Amino acid sequence: MPHFDASITTPQDTYERERLAHVHPTAWNNPTPAACYQLLIVGAGSAGLAAAAAAAALGVRVALVERHLLGGTCLNTGCVPSKTIIRTARAYAEMRDAARYGARVPEDIQVDFAAAMERVRRVRSHLSGDDSVRRLADDGVDVFFGNPQFTGTDSLTVNGIPLCFDKAIIATGARPQVLSIPGLREAGCLTNANVFNLTELPRRLLVIGGGPLGCELAQAFCRLGARTTIVQDLPLFLPREERDAAQILSDAFARDGIEVRLNTQVVGVRVENGQKLVDLVSDDYRNTIAVDAILTGVGRVPNVEGLQLEAAGVDYAPGTGIRVNDFLCTSNPRIHAAGDVCLEDQYTDTATASARIAVQNALFGGRERLSKLVIPWCTYTDPEIAHVGLYVREANQQCIPVKTFTVPMHEIDRAVTDSEQVGFVKIHVREHTDRILGATIVTRHAGDMINEITLAMVAGVGLRTLARVIHAYPTQAAAIRRAADAYNRTRLTPRVRARLQRWLSR
Amino acid sequence: MTDSAMPMDETWLDDMQRAAFGYFAQLVDPHNGLVPDTSRANSPVSIAVVGFALSAYPVAVTRGWMSRADALRHSLAALRFFRDSDQSGTPQATGYKGFYYHFLDLRSGARVWRSELSMIDTALLIAGVLAAASYFDGDTPDEIELRRIADALYRRVDWSWAQDGGDTIRQGWKPECGFLHYGWEGYSEAIVLYALAMGSPTHPITGDCYHAWTATYQWENLYGGDFLYAGPLFVHQFSHAWIDFRGIRDAFMREKCSDYFQNSRRAVLIQREYARLNPHSFAGYDESTWGLSACDGPSDEQQDVSNETRHLFGYAARGVPYGPDDGTLSAPAVLASLPFEPDIALEGVRSMLLRYPQILTDGRFASAFNPSLALADGAPWVSAGHYGLDQGIVLMMIENHRSGFIWQLMRACPYLVDGLRRAGFRGGWLQQPIHHGAH
Repeated sequence: MPHFDASITTPQDTYERERLAHVHPTAWNNPTPAACYQLLIVGAGSAGLAAAAAAAALGVRVALVERHLLGGTCLNTGCVPSKTIIRTARAYAEMRDAARYGARVPEDIQVDFAAAMERVRRVRSHLSGDDSVRRLADDGVDVFFGNPQFTGTDSLTVNGIPLCFDKAIIATGARPQVLSIPGLREAGCLTNANVFNLTELPRRLLVIGGGPLGCELAQAFCRLGARTTIVQDLPLFLPREERDAAQILSDAFARDGIEVRLNTQVVGVRVENGQKLVDLVSDDYRNTIAVDAILTGVGRVPNVEGLQLEAAGVDYAPGTGIRVNDFLCTSNPRIHAAGDVCLEDQYTDTATASARIAVQNALFGGRERLSKLVIPWCTYTDPEIAHVGLYVREANQQCIPVKTFTVPMHEIDRAVTDSEQVGFVKIHVREHTDRILGATIVTRHAGDMINEITLAMVAGVGLRTLARVIHAYPTQAAAIRRAADAYNRTRLTPRVRARLQRWLSR
Repeated sequence: MTDSAMPMDETWLDDMQRAAFGYFAQLVDPHNGLVPDTSRANSPVSIAVVGFALSAYPVAVTRGWMSRADALRHSLAALRFFRDSDQSGTPQATGYKGFYYHFLDLRSGARVWRSELSMIDTALLIAGVLAAASYFDGDTPDEIELRRIADALYRRVDWSWAQDGGDTIRQGWKPECGFLHYGWEGYSEAIVLYALAMGSPTHPITGDCYHAWTATYQWENLYGGDFLYAGPLFVHQFSHAWIDFRGIRDAFMREKCSDYFQNSRRAVLIQREYARLNPHSFAGYDESTWGLSACDGPSDEQQDVSNETRHLFGYAARGVPYGPDDGTLSAPAVLASLPFEPDIALEGVRSMLLRYPQILTDGRFASAFNPSLALADGAPWVSAGHYGLDQGIVLMMIENHRSGFIWQLMRACPYLVDGLRRAGFRGGWLQQPIHHGAH
């Protein structure tokens, strides 16, 4: 087995050339700066682009500064490529699992990894058109590529060119955390920043970290044929999620053939004969495994370095990012922040929502609060794990009496017809009311289903109303209606039922 | 075999209970009172099984299966062993801080399998120790000594150390690496652990510890009923073997207008409904064939009757409705549901025995069976031998169903009663003064 080269760069094919033409054209000339921008945005990831679009639509004179690629993590190294590769992986999993659907398992299933990665590049390139520099320019946004450095509370330079602003939004995002495991750096490791550059499938892959990124990619690479081991230092995956959700995911991993090593730490890495030897410790049990590549997905650190934030009077900390208040304002009243550089919840949807709040509050002195956002999220494993609002343990800690209406997916006709019975819908309500506090959905399409709960929470719609919503039959979202029906049945107390029966027998 | 050939009457229950007791009578080491985890060759001791044995002897005496003198001898042997055991916490010791390693060598009593110092298994052992102390209330020197040792063993347990500075009790500790990372989250069999830890006059856990644990509970409306969720059936049984939860409530259950006994009844109904729905289409599951719990199970990937590869979990805590579920059922867990839903439990074991008579060997239920893994002759996969935990819970729950004897015995245990009260339990029999000497 030759030494696996993890440093391989993205193949420069048509798709890549098209993407770069959209998100960082080599021939780009920065525009001549205006005397002063009403809004200057630093960072053109999901938050920065959303802020620029919102401000431009209002006719505001806006500048957007980007060091690297428009679209940021989501488009280039995050959601878009990962969801694309997950779809291919799911296709292979379904081929192998065809008998479950009454279909013949294809003979000799050969994974074409290069084709899968080419599809990643094609899809990413296609979607990059939405974020292209030309579109931004057409919308009236001045796009500057280069290194921004603040020079004062209302000014910065981009590659030495001074820009002046009335208000600014910092949206520089975050980058993968590099683990300080002895030998890891020397052995080389993959992160979300470079894993989508691969053109060759590592035969044996170790994934460090059982958070969303680690779980998604471990399953995808396993299904694409890599012998995959996932190491998590806690007793369960996705520590933030409900333990039943995490347990279902563990079982799904086992079915996929992933070697699951929970409650385990990586304590050292070394390279011998072209393979990486990784030392693991679980309580008192130590062993060493040999792999060809290591992927880390253990969190992200905000990009605050090199911006000269001190000159702007913006407080920050290296680990937690820019300090903002509930209105997303930094310690400099001229400057707001949005997205991963200042938020605990590092999701694309949250980044764009926070950007809109930041624009509103920066330009119009708005008082929109971050804490008022109802934020759903989803881990795109199979099954998917989606959540919105409070967890039961959070409700308990806040002394909010909570009751959960649970519908296992095996009670739902469409889940049965699709042989997708694994999972559940759990809707948490304040006890003795129909007010929804939160929900967790675990099923193959949980990410789509959670939106109905989010809508209900934002609109203040309770389970009584949801019970009146006709859901197309047969759909898996009927599980939500079924939970609402279960709530309605609890209103039928023995006393109410007796009264009803007396009335009916008049 | 027909229905009429298998009347589930008092005699049948007596036979089943006596056969379960036979496990302890036959396998106990008379020198140190220790009892192996399973009946298989070279099985080590499980300290929890010793706890069940200590609780079984008083039942056997009252049922006339054993003399009081023999029961006292076995009990005293075990208590003396634990009193004199190596408490240094070294890798080959027996215990540390009043706790004991989960698995011990049957002869020497030293730790085996690099097992963990187990908080819950120590609690089950100590519950048995206190049951013995409650039963042997005579004035003979041996009975006085037994009570003294029991008291000392209980007082020696440093429950507060097991908190490790955290909100709840840790699950385990090893000399090689300290406390294990696992904590308790969600409802489990640990109420007896918390009650004993709170009742301690010497090393009690802090008062908010129990509240911190119950704050991880999930109160769910599932299959049309409200339920304090826990997947495996044994969770709804183990603490109930010693504690009569009828009519007593902690703050959580007061708020929910339920109690833990009612909740275990609900657990039975949910198990039955899950088996009826049988989401994974396993062989044999139906309204009367259920019982997903912690039990032995097939562990290799094998072909089932429909020739589909299954993923099998070996010894594991199987549960409903989220699994894990590999088609393996536990008949002991069904029979141990007797106090909660007697008719449903009896119907369950009747049905299982009629269809799968192989699950009864030496008059006792095997730990588990799996009809989806049928052998060539159509017989289901059946776990070899017997497990002490299964026989212990079956024996105690049949007794509680028949007479409430063990519940009565433990109502007279002031430590347990104090612990329950400190955990916030009120009402029912807890309102009454303690009557020492319950038998």
